Amino acid sequence: MAVETITESKLEKVLKSGHQAVTSECGPPRSSDPAHIVEKGNLIKNHVDSVNITDNQTSVTRLCSLAACIHLKQQGIDPVLQMVVRDRNRIALQSDILGAASFGIHNILCLSGDHQSFGDNPQAQNVFDLDSMQLVQTVRHMRDEGKFLSGDEIKVPPSMFVGAAANPFGDPFKIRVPRLAKKVACGAEFIQTQCIYNVDKFEKWMEGVCERGLEEKVYIMAGITPMRSVGMARYLSKNVPGMDVPDELIERLKGVEKNKQSEEGITIAVETIQRLKEVKGVAGFHIMAIEWEEKVPEMVERSGLYPRPEVN
Amino acid sequence: MIVGEQKPFEEIWEMIKDHKQLTVFGCNTCVAVCHQGGNKEAGILASQLKMRASQDDVDIEIVDSGIERQCEHEFFEKTEGLIQESEAILSLACGIGVQFMATKYEKTPIYPALNTTFLGDVIESGHFTEKCQACGDCVLGVTGGVCPVSRCCKRLFNGPCGGSSNGKCEISKDLDCAWQLVVDRLEAMGKMDDYEKVQPLKDWSKDRAGGPRSFKLEDF
Repeated sequence: MAVETITESKLEKVLKSGHQAVTSECGPPRSSDPAHIVEKGNLIKNHVDSVNITDNQTSVTRLCSLAACIHLKQQGIDPVLQMVVRDRNRIALQSDILGAASFGIHNILCLSGDHQSFGDNPQAQNVFDLDSMQLVQTVRHMRDEGKFLSGDEIKVPPSMFVGAAANPFGDPFKIRVPRLAKKVACGAEFIQTQCIYNVDKFEKWMEGVCERGLEEKVYIMAGITPMRSVGMARYLSKNVPGMDVPDELIERLKGVEKNKQSEEGITIAVETIQRLKEVKGVAGFHIMAIEWEEKVPEMVERSGLYPRPEVN
Repeated sequence: MIVGEQKPFEEIWEMIKDHKQLTVFGCNTCVAVCHQGGNKEAGILASQLKMRASQDDVDIEIVDSGIERQCEHEFFEKTEGLIQESEAILSLACGIGVQFMATKYEKTPIYPALNTTFLGDVIESGHFTEKCQACGDCVLGVTGGVCPVSRCCKRLFNGPCGGSSNGKCEISKDLDCAWQLVVDRLEAMGKMDDYEKVQPLKDWSKDRAGGPRSFKLEDF
C-alpha cells in the first residue's frame, strides 16, 4: 500500500514507509564543470535513497548547491538541497527555495553554515538574517500556508520535505535535547546528525530524545563519516569544534598498519551503523564519506542496508 | 562606550604628509578611556609625527590640542580659532567625531587617526570587549542579558550552533560562546524553560539595514 506523503520526496517516502533510510552527501566542485559531481552521484545512486549537496561547506566557494542538485536530479537522483543562512538574506532564501522547487527538488536541509573565517574568503561579510531554525519555519510557512514571509500568496507553493541538523556533541550538552525539541517545534521533519564517533554519548542523547517522545515527531538520521587514517581522527579530534572523537578510536586506528587504516575506518563505520540500527529512534543513516564516495556502496552493503527499498 | 584603536602610524603619515600645517585633536571621552584617542594620546601622536617629519626632512607645522567631545557643537567653542587657522586636522575621535567636524568645517580636510572598532565595556583595566551592535531592537530581556547579535559570531537567536565547544566559539578558543553564556544565565536564574521559546524573525529594518537612523526629541 502506498504511504501518504506530503511531497514527492523519495526520502520522505522511504521514511514514512517505515524503512531505515540511507542518505549520503556530495560536495560540489570548485569549478564550473559538473562532470565530477555527476560521477560521484552515479557512484552511489543505487545504494542510497537521497543525496545531500553541501552549500559552500567550510565556507569555501564552490559550484552552488542548487545547480548541483539539478545535475543530480537529471541523473534520477533525489537530491537534498543544503542551504545555509550565512550567505543569503530572506529574499534570496525564499527565491532559491522557489527555484529549487521549480526543478522538482523536494528536500531541503536548513543550516547555519560554518563561519566564513574557515573558508577562502575570511574577509567576507556574513548575512545571518535568519538562523537555521527560522529557515525551517520559513520553508514550512511557504509550503503549508502557501505564503511568503511577507504574507503575500504563493500561487504554487514549494513542495519540500524539511530537514535540519543536530549535533549531540556540541556544548552545552544539557540543551542539546531541548535544541532538537525547538527545531521540531519550528517544523523540522527529518534530522541529520553530526558525525558520530562517541556512540555512548549519542545513545545518551537519544535516550533524552525518546524520553520526550521527539523520535515520534521527527525522523532522526545518524551521521556517519568513515576515518581514512589515524591522522584524520587526530585532526577531527583536535581541530574541529563540536566533534567528539574518543581516544579508544584513535588507539584502535593506531594499532593497525598504515595501509590498512582506511579499511579499519570503514569497518568501524559499519560497526557503528550496525549498533545504531538497534537504537530506539534512529530512523536512518546519513553517510558523509567526504571525497570518498566510492566507499559508500561497500559500507551500505556491509551494514545490511542494501538493497534499498523500492518506493515509487 | 565607543572603542577605537589607533591606525598604524605609516597609514596616518601617508594621509597627512603632504600638508604644510596640521592640528591633531584628541577627543577626551570614550576613546580616551581606551587610551587611544584622548588629549594625551593626541600629544604623543603629534610628537611622533614631528619626529617623522624631521627624519624625512618634510616641512609640516604640527600642533596638538583637545576637544572634550567631538560630537557636540558646544565643545568646539574654545578651539574655534585654532580650527579656523588649521590647514588640515587629524582627529583622534571615533568616526562620529571625525564626521561631525567634517560637516562643521566643510573646507578643512579632516583625517581619522583611529579605526572605530566597537561598542564595548572595560572588563578589566586595558581590556575592552564588544557588547552591542546598536541593532535597534534589544533582545537582552529574553537572552539572559547576553547579546546574541554582538557576541555570537553568527548572531543566532535560537543558538548555540554545533560548533560550541567547552564554552568557546568555533572561530576561536579565546572567544566565549555567547549561547553558552545565555544558557548559564538562564540556568542561574531558574529560567531554562525559556530556552525553548522560539525567537521570531528579527526586524533588521531597525538595524543599519534600514538606512542611517536618527532620533529627534520633539520638545527640544
